Amino acid sequence: MKDKNIKSKKINFGQLTIPLIAIALLVIFNLIRDPGFFFVGLSHNNDGNLVLQGNLISIINGASELAILAMGMTLVTAACGGQDISVGAAAAIAGSVFVKTLKSGSGINGGKFIAALFLACIVAMIFGSLNGTLVAIFKIQPMIATLILYTCGRSIAYWINGGATPTVSSPIVSAMGSFIPGIPIPTPVLIVILMAIIFKLIFRFTSLELFTQSVGINGSAARLNGINTTFIKLLSFIILGVCVAVAGSIGVSRLGLINHETLLLDVEMDAILAVAIGGNNLGGGKFKISGSIIGAYVIQMLTITLYAMKVPSTDVKAYKAIVIIILVVIGSPVFKEKFAKFMNNMRKNVKGINVKGAEKA
Amino acid sequence: MEVMDMQEDHLLELRGIEKRFPGVLALNNVDFTLRKGEIHALMGENGAGKSTLIKILTGVYSMDAGSIKVEGQSVHITSPQDAQNNGISTVYQEITLCPNLTVAENMFIGRDSKNLVNQKAYEKRADEILQSLQIPARAKQQLGNCSLAVQQMVAIARAVDLQCKVLILDEPTSSLDDKEVNMLFTLMRDLKSRGVGIIFVTHFLEQVYEVSDRITVLRNGELVGEYLTEDLPQVQLVAKMIGKELDELNNLSDTEEHKEHDGQVFYEAQGLTSSEALPFDFQIKKGEVNGFTGLLGSGRSESVRAIFGADKVGGGTVKIKGENVKITKPIDAMKHGIGYLAEDRKRDGIIADLSVRENIIIALQVMNGFFKPISRSESEAFADEYIKALNIKTASRETPVGSLSGGNQQKVILARWLLTHPDYLILDEPTRGIDVGTKLEIQKLVLKLAEEDVSVTFISSEIEEMLRTCSRLIVMRDRHIVGELKGADLNQAQVMKTIAGGES
Repeated sequence: MKDKNIKSKKINFGQLTIPLIAIALLVIFNLIRDPGFFFVGLSHNNDGNLVLQGNLISIINGASELAILAMGMTLVTAACGGQDISVGAAAAIAGSVFVKTLKSGSGINGGKFIAALFLACIVAMIFGSLNGTLVAIFKIQPMIATLILYTCGRSIAYWINGGATPTVSSPIVSAMGSFIPGIPIPTPVLIVILMAIIFKLIFRFTSLELFTQSVGINGSAARLNGINTTFIKLLSFIILGVCVAVAGSIGVSRLGLINHETLLLDVEMDAILAVAIGGNNLGGGKFKISGSIIGAYVIQMLTITLYAMKVPSTDVKAYKAIVIIILVVIGSPVFKEKFAKFMNNMRKNVKGINVKGAEKA
Repeated sequence: MEVMDMQEDHLLELRGIEKRFPGVLALNNVDFTLRKGEIHALMGENGAGKSTLIKILTGVYSMDAGSIKVEGQSVHITSPQDAQNNGISTVYQEITLCPNLTVAENMFIGRDSKNLVNQKAYEKRADEILQSLQIPARAKQQLGNCSLAVQQMVAIARAVDLQCKVLILDEPTSSLDDKEVNMLFTLMRDLKSRGVGIIFVTHFLEQVYEVSDRITVLRNGELVGEYLTEDLPQVQLVAKMIGKELDELNNLSDTEEHKEHDGQVFYEAQGLTSSEALPFDFQIKKGEVNGFTGLLGSGRSESVRAIFGADKVGGGTVKIKGENVKITKPIDAMKHGIGYLAEDRKRDGIIADLSVRENIIIALQVMNGFFKPISRSESEAFADEYIKALNIKTASRETPVGSLSGGNQQKVILARWLLTHPDYLILDEPTRGIDVGTKLEIQKLVLKLAEEDVSVTFISSEIEEMLRTCSRLIVMRDRHIVGELKGADLNQAQVMKTIAGGES
């Protein structure tokens, strides 16, 4: 009986505890360093719109692509117990398709914009299903399977762009990348909220969450309960494909050009990290999309904080690494177990002094 | 003097071995003696403690009490390396060598590194050993290109060259065909003549009688006894493994009536086969409880898995209520009203990190379909209903099922299938590793289901359980159906005779 009590105490260590503490610590740290750091004000931007501005806004805005990719990455991680490292390269492809469609014919209108976004999604979903096929049907480890697209993706984007870095300038595109006239919140932030709502609705109106977790936790049992494990894994990659297309299109819209070499470069590692910081098991199974989104903001806030502290950009990655090591170690099951044991011992020692005395007597 | 002689003859002496796992006494005061130049079969059903004993001997587990003597010397074995240094080598069921290295490299890898410096020298040495043991492999050959039997033999050759005195073969024949088994036996006899003591763990009774000199039987972590193979008839061995003396059994039988079923046939298979099961015929009537019995590895689980489409179905025709149907994967079976509680609860049953509630509704959810999720409140109601009906002991319906006790986990899986309201429920070892009270509850449940016209296939290692619940028993041996017992034939003695193979 006693053992059971201890066990249940150990589990009470919520998945979101660590990422939320990390955010809180970063906020406190910044407030001490510079009380005005999080000042948010309304002012006119270059286009003459009245918009929200300040460090906090640029952190939340800047993390948008990462947050969107982290949502899809969470699903792939949960179902397949591995990660897709090709999201950056795939985003370059999707971004190129997006630009290519916008530049076909003359003029850019709403219809063409929707078509471009739709086409980018289709292409990214096709590449996602290729990755998914390798993982789900051919049982190749996700990292190896997606290494292929990681290697060749930016070359494919190069071909689509004909070797150039084409630019697009249109009010619609800049509205996607920065602000919609009359709305003071950056559009990428709105898109993150929209994507989060869509995921929530999918989980509400389908069994995706339950099935994905079952496949990730115990594939064999899931199969014997009639779940099509291959389909669930494939589906996770296809959904990630949609996230990739949206993130790629946002990235392109921000700059008004597609640079296949630099668009969302190295974002895959940050996306995986966001999933991990969010308390999700990288080996698959139970997951919380909200954790990964918070994880994305932790990473972005950390980066901006370091820049604000005038850390040279060449050194930022090293400092980031230190903080991330701490976060990941604290979040690891081994640490949690040791920590719980330590706390139990502390409690026992306090009580033990009395008990021991009694035993001897 | 005689005592002295005996002692000298003893290669390995285990005395009073005890091993405790949380909540289980896996080995209780077990003795085991291996003599020079003998093949000694270690027998017992699942959970008897065979593998625990082997793991203690090879240093994988440490024992809680007892002593081990090798050639009369007390030894402490705390790691596999210790075991090897004491001349104890093991060849496991799955081959643990590297298929992409050569035979010679496999034989010398991880040993004194001097050996690996001179490739020529160790290849020559490997060829010598292979030749002396008459193993049909060459040193330079890549191991992966050899047949499974030869790979197994290379593993043995490696063990022999480690100057082993005690060779443990853990289910070495389970993936070999008859010819390969004979090759292996020849090698075993050869080693025996060189004075090596061999511990042979297998579930093939015929093989025990073909090759072994002595048999030690374990049951429920306790020693049943040590016997000369020639003195122990096969049916006696089965009785000792399962735990009933034949006379005692005869008295027990006929206490219960088994009525024959005259209902409509619900499920019928002809020549059904899967990647794991040989073709077999089977049928079950509405409201009938039947059982598959046979020793471990006899093919009883594989057969019911084929019915459910759990393994790749090879062929055969299946009829449900007289109509031809195709069942190639679990969802097909589920849609035809078949439920399946898998033998290995941990691997194939529970989804450990998910809550009790999610584990209960998952099969029904899958049947309802991807786009028709069961609402939260509905799933809570289902969970509460079955937690109460089956008396599942859990802190709450949101507790991860992995933290429940084995019996309660099993009830959760039962609840999962009951919730789908199956017409035919297959229960493979639903009572394994759970407490007696829960076992009885499950048996009662099976009988209650039958009354409600549900067909049930019930598999258990404990024959009494099956006799209590089943009205018909299908007996399997070496992956074939060897008999079907019903009515007056449903008694322990008859079952055991059929399992062991005719002669008593």
